[in-house]
Amino acid sequence: MNDYKVRLKIFEGPLDLLLYLIKKNEVSIYDIPIADITNQYLEYLKVMQDLDLDIVGDFLVMAATLLFIKSRMLLPQEDVVLDDEIPDDDPREELINRLMEYKKFKEAAGLLRDKEEEGSEIFKRFLPKSDIDLTKGEDVSREGFEASIFDLIAAFTDALKNIPKDDFKVVLDEEHTVEEKMEFVISLLDRKGVIYFNNVWARIRSRIEAVVFFLALLELIRLKKIMIRQIGLFGEIKIFKPLPTLSSNGR
Amino acid sequence: MEDRTQIKSIIEALLFVADKPLSVEQIKAVIEVDKTEIKSNIDELKREYEEKHSFRIREVAGGFQLVTDPIYAPWLRKFFQGGRKGKLSKAALETLAIVSYKQPITKPEITQIRGVDVDGVMRKLLEKGLVKITGRKDVIGKPLMYATTKMFLEYFGLNSLEELPDLDEFVKMEQENDEDTRDQKED
Repeated sequence: MNDYKVRLKIFEGPLDLLLYLIKKNEVSIYDIPIADITNQYLEYLKVMQDLDLDIVGDFLVMAATLLFIKSRMLLPQEDVVLDDEIPDDDPREELINRLMEYKKFKEAAGLLRDKEEEGSEIFKRFLPKSDIDLTKGEDVSREGFEASIFDLIAAFTDALKNIPKDDFKVVLDEEHTVEEKMEFVISLLDRKGVIYFNNVWARIRSRIEAVVFFLALLELIRLKKIMIRQIGLFGEIKIFKPLPTLSSNGR
Repeated sequence: MEDRTQIKSIIEALLFVADKPLSVEQIKAVIEVDKTEIKSNIDELKREYEEKHSFRIREVAGGFQLVTDPIYAPWLRKFFQGGRKGKLSKAALETLAIVSYKQPITKPEITQIRGVDVDGVMRKLLEKGLVKITGRKDVIGKPLMYATTKMFLEYFGLNSLEELPDLDEFVKMEQENDEDTRDQKED
């Protein structure tokens, strides 16, 4: 079981798994033995389901595609192909193209990894707190547009759905106050510059905490301590501090 | 007005304080000399540093930046107690690779290539300033389009996107690899 778990982790997605199976079976990407590969793919999928990994959804679509291709290949060809050319309606063609395309980017990602590695050998004279600076350069707080309270409510109700309903024990154990949540948001902003609604949301454990958090946000907005912006309609909601009067940085 | 001997020192001072790659234009805005002169002064500094200093000038993200020579990495790492930020995940690198070659590109298009939902990854990349939103695509739903940032170039030590090899180069590599596996099979 554990063995599987470790191995499963290396697959970023269904295409990754397929490429792995192709390599493992030492077959050509252009001539995939679809029945074999499909069976092996489904075996992995089964393990993933047993482990209840939440990535399974992405893999199911590909399973359906594979089974569809398999069934099409089993069907007798209507038109007999006279010359030994590959019939141009090879049911695998689209999958091959996708795999090839994906493979290119996997290689490109490997190149980026090398570059990242090289970069870790050199040090800049000025090291910001985090290597990838969150607040300077392209100003993340300026993109998108100011979100309305309704956008916030929409995000709130949307996110509320994801919170387990029967978490009452936790509610009794912990006390959440609006003040505490306000402080939490401000301290997070001090450190990060910008925070994303969904990220903060992921830490929330109960409905009561969610409600308190939401009230804290509303209060902070009223006090003009924070601003919210949305990347696109119904997009991600960002929380940041109102821009201070420009400091004399730059030169 | 600066005299000639000062120019090099001024550029050096600017490089010293800049926390971002410094472009020739930025230098020009400070000292009124033409670009070729700025560049030749930078070249001179480069030579001097290589002769007797432990830092270098690297050309990155369309500018110049003072960095340490890689050979001193072991000591610097010790000094920062390995404090360099963690590496990007495989998913993040794959997604960045797709964005860098296909930009501007929408999330559904990236998802189509990767075969995996990219919402979470893209959010993190946006947060880290490695990608940015450039606008909306004029198709149904008007999805947002994304592109890489200057920060992306700086992070990967690239001067411009043109430095990335052609995607077809990777195809060639694949075909060679593929032939290898075929050969092995025939063995």
